[in-house]
Amino acid sequence: MKNKDIASVSKHLGVSRREFLKYCSIVAAGMGLPLGTGEQIAEAVTKAARRPPVIWLSAQECTGCSESLLRATHPTFEHLILDLISLDYHETLSTPSGHQAEAARAASIKENKGKFILVVDGAIPVKDKGIYCMIAGRTALDILQETAKDAFAIIAMGSCSSWGGVPSADPNPTGATPVQKILTDAGIKTPVVTIPGCPPNPYNFLSTVLYFVTFKKLPELDDLARPKFAYGRLIHENCERRPHFDAGRFATEFGDENHRKGYCLYKLGCKGPETHANCPSILFGDTGSGTWPVGTGHPCFGCTEKGIGFHKPLFSKASLHMVTPPDTYPHVVEHQGKSALAGIAVAAAAAGAAYAAVNNVAKKLGDDDGKGKK
Amino acid sequence: MVAANAHPALAREPKERIKDAVGMLYDSTVCIGCKACVSACKQFNETPSSFSSTDELWDNPLDNDSKTYNIIKLYKDGTGAAKDQEKDGHAYIKRQCMHCVDPACVSACPVSALAKDPANGIVSYDKKACIGCRYCQIACPFNVPKFEFEKAFPQIRKCQLCSHRMEKGDFAACAQYCPTGATIYGKVEDLLAEAKKRLAYKPGELRKYPVERVNGGQVTERIVTPYVMHIYGEKEGGGTQVLYLSGVAFEKLGLPALEETSDAQRSETIQHTIYKGMIAPIVFLGGLVYAVHKNTKDHK
Repeated sequence: MKNKDIASVSKHLGVSRREFLKYCSIVAAGMGLPLGTGEQIAEAVTKAARRPPVIWLSAQECTGCSESLLRATHPTFEHLILDLISLDYHETLSTPSGHQAEAARAASIKENKGKFILVVDGAIPVKDKGIYCMIAGRTALDILQETAKDAFAIIAMGSCSSWGGVPSADPNPTGATPVQKILTDAGIKTPVVTIPGCPPNPYNFLSTVLYFVTFKKLPELDDLARPKFAYGRLIHENCERRPHFDAGRFATEFGDENHRKGYCLYKLGCKGPETHANCPSILFGDTGSGTWPVGTGHPCFGCTEKGIGFHKPLFSKASLHMVTPPDTYPHVVEHQGKSALAGIAVAAAAAGAAYAAVNNVAKKLGDDDGKGKK
Repeated sequence: MVAANAHPALAREPKERIKDAVGMLYDSTVCIGCKACVSACKQFNETPSSFSSTDELWDNPLDNDSKTYNIIKLYKDGTGAAKDQEKDGHAYIKRQCMHCVDPACVSACPVSALAKDPANGIVSYDKKACIGCRYCQIACPFNVPKFEFEKAFPQIRKCQLCSHRMEKGDFAACAQYCPTGATIYGKVEDLLAEAKKRLAYKPGELRKYPVERVNGGQVTERIVTPYVMHIYGEKEGGGTQVLYLSGVAFEKLGLPALEETSDAQRSETIQHTIYKGMIAPIVFLGGLVYAVHKNTKDHK
């Protein structure tokens, strides 16, 4: 990699060369990629002929996903997101508005057909022909279907676009629907990556984008289309309060002695045991250790898991799906190895039988001898 | 064997449930296997750790023993992926003293070291009376009483439903510390009613499940999962004060399929028949004496 390229990017972004490389390495480590990938990422970022165009659509959302993204603080992040990708359309962040903004979107789609990344935050209402979310006089449903078929890939940002989120909570008055379902129903085959969370961790989104920029493909996904590097494990598995769970020490109500001691929050309704996310590992808001819901003393409410957040009652107990170490249980029927004693007994019995047999034969021989002498 | 329902004239009548008997209901479908009950039991009964591995690093008993009155065991088949499923699934079972309505240990104990409390039905142990014969250990169909073989002055050890904690208004520690309400404590008649209520729930419904005590007021909401339509302990072995509900067959969880007649009733019926009015023993003794006498004369 040429230092000249990096130097120019560094200058452009207003960060030192060292800081820039450090950032790329941190992102690579976050995705669990091998050593040296950080350099590859840096190279991809600096050498890209054209920054990958991104169109960001918003439907039934609270802008929390965008806010969360704006608050990522790794070195001069806002510069990087604006310079790494070409954000051609974003309702909240676009400088132009009205017809100008819509024209920018149309122009980008036309120019980058099949090449741009489409990011969607917010669920899409489908009830009553989608009239519950209108942008520039058109329904969100219509805009999504039009934009999605020309995209290279779609990133469903946040719980709402991933699986329905808040708007889809019972009784779901607007028929809020996740992006993937809209596409499947319309027969659009553009691949979808989901980054659920309310809001999602910005680094999961950034890592996915950087992975795409570097390797020109999408990261490995689980069966709910979530990147495995971020959603491969249960919160319960990496939780700092897990030892308390294993020892049966639970906070019984908010503010009680056990709660203040930092005991497990399971009894208060923590959904960690059924929610896949990397929250305990990478935390939130870049403000130091313990800054994530469970770390602050609030039970996880399962925002990244379909059917848990906004669907399962807040204080009802989570069900445990996986029995993982260090949990070991005695079995109903404990299969124990045959002890040395049993072996000795068998050997002794065999020896005894052999002795008896030999003895009998000898006796018979003796008798025969006796008979012969008679 | 004596038929359960046709009591011969000499048969001992089956024992009825004591009205204010207390016990527990363990619902395997609600249990998450956190073992909070096991650690609470050890804490409040002040029992030491029990090791099953040579490194003696973890308190990991394989079964109830003289240091472990309560244990969570795992049923696992194949991949063990789905909870409360017999094939390729797993389920938990909590084992402790069942506090039988008609306890075999009490019947077998020659010195009444084990006794059933007439008020609350708790089967408790008196170390002053015990002679260490361990009949109770052999008599118990659930393999509960455990003898301290490792001690110079051994005792029988088993769950006594935390009767030592009741003066202060506390109750069975395992139920008090269960986070999910898988184990709840209360009067047996209330527990039976609760168990019957749960069997009537339809899978998928959101229902309120009591936590800690059956009528303690604390509840948790839970989506009902399928049950085996049977309450283990309602009738098994003459009935027990600890009741079980489960999503997999009770035999798979290691609970023996017992007849409705208790072992105590059966053995006492046989004993009482034989010794009724001491007629049979006297006749038998007479016969023996005659035989001996006759043989002795022949040898002279």
